[in-house]
Amino acid sequence: MFIGAIGCEPLQLARVGLERSQSLETYQKHGGYEALRKVLGGMSPDDVIGEVKKSVLRGRGGAGFPTGMKWSFVPKDSLKPKYVVCNADESEPGTFKDRYLMERDPHMLIEGMLIAAYALGSKAAYIYTRGEYRYLIEIMERAIEEARAAGLVGEKILGTDFGCEVYTHTGAGAYICGEETALLNSLEGLRGHPRMKPPFPAVAGLYGCPTVVNNVETLTAVPDIIKMGGEAYHKLGTEKSGGTKLWSVSGHVNRPGVYELPMGYADMEKFIMEDCQGISNGRKLKAVIPGGSSVYIMPASDIEGRSVKMDYEGLVAAGSSVGSGGFIVMDDTVDIFESTKNLTEFYKHESCGWCTPCREGTDWLVKVFKRIARGEGKADDAQLLLDLCDNIEGKSFCPLGDAASWPIQSAIKKFPEDFRRHLMPLASGNGDQTLSTM
Amino acid sequence: MSEQFTPNNPLPQGAPVPDEIATFSAAVEEEIDGHLAKYPVKRSAILPLMFIVQRERGYLDKPGVAYLADRLGVRITDIWEVATFYSMINTEPVGKYHLQVCRTLSCKILGADKITGHCARRLGIRPGETSADGQFSLSEVECLGSCGTAPMMQIGFDYYENLTTERVDELIEKCRGGQLSNGVR
Repeated sequence: MFIGAIGCEPLQLARVGLERSQSLETYQKHGGYEALRKVLGGMSPDDVIGEVKKSVLRGRGGAGFPTGMKWSFVPKDSLKPKYVVCNADESEPGTFKDRYLMERDPHMLIEGMLIAAYALGSKAAYIYTRGEYRYLIEIMERAIEEARAAGLVGEKILGTDFGCEVYTHTGAGAYICGEETALLNSLEGLRGHPRMKPPFPAVAGLYGCPTVVNNVETLTAVPDIIKMGGEAYHKLGTEKSGGTKLWSVSGHVNRPGVYELPMGYADMEKFIMEDCQGISNGRKLKAVIPGGSSVYIMPASDIEGRSVKMDYEGLVAAGSSVGSGGFIVMDDTVDIFESTKNLTEFYKHESCGWCTPCREGTDWLVKVFKRIARGEGKADDAQLLLDLCDNIEGKSFCPLGDAASWPIQSAIKKFPEDFRRHLMPLASGNGDQTLSTM
Repeated sequence: MSEQFTPNNPLPQGAPVPDEIATFSAAVEEEIDGHLAKYPVKRSAILPLMFIVQRERGYLDKPGVAYLADRLGVRITDIWEVATFYSMINTEPVGKYHLQVCRTLSCKILGADKITGHCARRLGIRPGETSADGQFSLSEVECLGSCGTAPMMQIGFDYYENLTTERVDELIEKCRGGQLSNGVR
C-alpha cells in the first residue's frame, strides 16, 4: 500500500516514512512542536484562530465546514469549562487516512490538539477513537505519556501558564458516533444518538459546555498552518479549498493507499490511471465513489476526458463531493445494483434508531433490495426505492439518513442499466417508467 | 427535575438489588480507577469499563452489569441501554477466537464473501455462530477502516489484512494450536 504525497511537498505525510516516526525524538527532529512553541511564545488565542481562518482549512471529516469559523463560534466569555474533542471515529466506508496519521505520527495530532486547546481556552482534550482501532489508542497513550514527560502535556506546558490534559477514549462499534453530537453523547456514556441542533457543540457540547469537535486530519493540519502561516497554507490549494487533502484509495486500482494531494489537483482521471497506476487486472474503470460511501457515485463517463479537479468545488461541479476523501474505485465487473445493496445494508445496520424515517426507511430499503436480489423485482421497484429515499432524506436529526439515500439516488440515475437488468425479468408492459425515462 | 434521574446519584430507594455483583483483582480495580480519573462525570467511562469487564469475564454478563451500575452510580437499565447499542459489546458469550470479517464495499469487491465462506467451511459454523467447543466465533462486520488492504478481518482487536484463503488457513491453524493471540485486551 502506498503512503505519500503527489503534486506537492508532503505536509501531513512528511514524517510517516521515517524510522521510529512515532517517537517524540523523531517528531522534534523534524520540526515537531515548533508550532506549539511559536503559539505559546507570543500569539494570542485570536491570532491562532485568525491564522486558521486565513488558511481556509475545511473540516476533513466529511462536511467540509470552515475550521476557523467553527472555532470562532466558541463563546469567549463563557465561565464553563471548554473542551476540544478529536473525532477519530473514522468509520465512513472507504476511509482509512486517520488511521495512518495516528499510527505513524501521533505527536502531530497531540500538537494540533494542544494548539486548538490554547486557541479555545480549553484545559482538557479527548481523542474519541473507534473501538476497533484499539492499537491506535495504545499508540496515542504512549505518545501522550512521552509528551507529558517532556513537559508538553499537563500543567505549565513549556513553562508557560497554559496547561491542558489530553485523554484517549474508546468507542465500541457504531458508525453513528462519527456524527459530532452522537459522538458527544457517546463520550458522556450514553447511546450514540445525535442531538438536535441548535444549540451547536461550540455553545453546548460535551457536558453542556462549549466544545469543538474536529477530525484527526483537520487537527493535524494545524501545526503546519501555524508554522507556515495561514496564507501560505491557503495558497497550496485553491481559493475555496485551502491546503492539501488526504485521499484513501481502495478497490480496483493497482496501487491503493493514502495519497496527499494539493486541493485542486487535476485531474481525477490522471490520478487513477497514473498515480494509482491504473485499474487492476487490466480491466476498465466503471465507477468511482470519491468521498466515502455517502457521496454520489460517479460513472467513468463523468471522469474520463472531463479534467475533474479534486477539491470541494471541482467535485461538486462533477456531480459528487469530497466528503471524507474515501476514494473507492470499481471496475467493469462490479454490478452497481449489488454495490448499492451492500452500502444500503451498511446504513441499515448503522442507523441508530433515533429517527423513524431513517430507522424504518433503511430497513425497508434493504427489504426491497433483498427481494430484487432474489429475482422477485417488480417493474416499479426503482421508483419505490426513490420514493423511500425521498422520505428519508432531510427528515432525520443527523445526515445518516441523507447518506443512506444519496448512493441509491445517484446509482439509479447514473446506472439505470444495472438496475434494469434485475428488474426487467418480471417487468410487464410500461410499468418500468422510472428507468425508461432516465 | 427529580435528582434521581441524573447520573452519578445513588440508586433510588426500593430499587431491586442484583443477585450477584462481579469482583475484580486489585490491579484491574486500579486500571478502572485510571479510566474514571479521566472524566468529570463518571458515566463517561462506561465504554472503557465495559471492555474491561468483557475482557475479564468473557462477555458482559449480569454480575458484570451490576458491577458497572454500582461503580458508575447509575441504574442497571442504564448499563443495558448502552450495552445493547454498541456492536462490540457482547452480551452473550463469544468464542475464544472471534473472527470478524469486513463485509463492506471495498472488501466486498475484493473478495470478502470468499473469505467469509472459507472461514465458515473451515470452522463449520455460519456467520453469527460460535463453535460447539467455544473456541471460535465468526461474524461479518461493517467497514473496519482497512480498505486499502482489503480483504481483511479482525481477530479480537488484531488486524489481519490482504487476506487470501491460504492465509486464513494458516491463521486458523495457529489459533487451533494456541500459537496466535486472540487479540483480547
